[in-house]
Amino acid sequence: MDTILEVKNLSKKFGAFWALKDVSFTLYEGEILGILGPNGAGKTTLINCLLGLVLPTEGRINYFGLPFPKYRSKVLEKVNFASNYVGLPLSLTLEENLLVYAHLYRLKNPKEKISELLKLFGLWEKRKLRTRTLSSGQMMRLCLAKALLNEPRILLLDEPTAGLDPEIARDTRSLLQSLSHEKNTSIIITSHNLSEIERISDRVLVLQKGQVKALGTKEELLKSFEAKSLEDLYFRLNL
Amino acid sequence: MNPRRIYAVILRQVFLYRRSFTRVLDVFYWPTVDLLLWGFITIYLARGGASLPPYASFFLGGLILWNILLRAQQGVSVSFLEDIWARNLINLFVSPLKISEYLVALVCISLIKVAFAFGVMSFLASLCFGFQVFKLGFWLLLFVLNLCAMGWAIGLVTMSAILWFGQEAEILAWALAFLFLPVSGVFYPVEVLPEGLRQVATIVPASYVFEGMREVLLAKSLNLSLLQKAFLLNLFYLSGSLVLFLTVYRKALEKGTIPKIGE
Repeated sequence: MDTILEVKNLSKKFGAFWALKDVSFTLYEGEILGILGPNGAGKTTLINCLLGLVLPTEGRINYFGLPFPKYRSKVLEKVNFASNYVGLPLSLTLEENLLVYAHLYRLKNPKEKISELLKLFGLWEKRKLRTRTLSSGQMMRLCLAKALLNEPRILLLDEPTAGLDPEIARDTRSLLQSLSHEKNTSIIITSHNLSEIERISDRVLVLQKGQVKALGTKEELLKSFEAKSLEDLYFRLNL
Repeated sequence: MNPRRIYAVILRQVFLYRRSFTRVLDVFYWPTVDLLLWGFITIYLARGGASLPPYASFFLGGLILWNILLRAQQGVSVSFLEDIWARNLINLFVSPLKISEYLVALVCISLIKVAFAFGVMSFLASLCFGFQVFKLGFWLLLFVLNLCAMGWAIGLVTMSAILWFGQEAEILAWALAFLFLPVSGVFYPVEVLPEGLRQVATIVPASYVFEGMREVLLAKSLNLSLLQKAFLLNLFYLSGSLVLFLTVYRKALEKGTIPKIGE
């Protein structure tokens, strides 16, 4: 598998506090990498560094062989992001919000792509409504639709299924797996839901106090820590 | 610099205003109230024996031009705040949009707002008080350019303060420009100011624009050195405020404050 993202010795210091310390990992094409860790482990700081919202103190990030954030704009054309904590402007309609981002990502046929995504996420009927009329689950689906506008090669997701109904969460997980398997999209996903990470991730990266505690496939991790499940591993690592 | 991404940021503001009656009202409301207020004051002063034409021209011309500066500044800083209030800044900053494209888009938005406010005010001034702002001729264009440049410089300083101090600094988006009102000589010549403030006025580009406006209205000619000084000062302030904003933006990335703005 081709390496699509390489993170080497990444560290971030806020004042005297190291939010990330010497984090290294690679992401392969079509792979789903789950990031686990308790609150304050550095998951969000890592995602923010990968998005260019926070500059690392040390280390380097290479997307598609290009140093980041030096080639920020070029890289971010092929990357996208969705978070349960970052919504879209509430005063605009669903269609208008997606149209703005379709232009930001310079889509060739914005209206076609928007229709396709709104239908995929079951939001077509609501396309003319203001975003403020959406429930939190529908908002997350709209954010996922925004994240798929540019058909990203890498998708960064921060707690994407938090607040979703079980059925929609299951559909979202299926969608992410099909993106990974059929379109070869690489996905980095953070979640507090251990079973979700266990189910959909090809590999898991465990963060604690800003450092990588473990990294590998589920089987590798369970074997090396003699754990029965990721939940068991989570407690064995005292996370 | 990609025009499509610049268009996207402008489009977001167009959608926002198209769906918000109060925002549209804000563009027209204050200019209209200000203009009517000052227009009637000039009529009252004229009844008291003062000669109407210079007063009306000075007050109404000054007011229309001051609103250009104000709208240019708010067009930049309030549009930035709109993205913070909507918690849209993160989505914008993780897109391929470059910071230079974002700033150019904000300047375009401010020009649109300036054009609307200017259109309304000059129409009302002509209709209600017979004042033709276009009699400033070609100089009007140079006055507008200078006032916009000063407005953008203040807008960039406001944005820097918001990035550095957080949303608590948003009051500056409405207040900072007014700090320059007394020393800009909008409604009176700078020479009436006390010595200290007169010295301050010498480093305020708008003071030269308003002096120039009065000169054109009275003498139908303009001492070019006034415009020269305004241009040079604006060049200095605009470059300085841009450097300040880019430095603060870089610091915000280092401190990791951008994802927290608006929380």
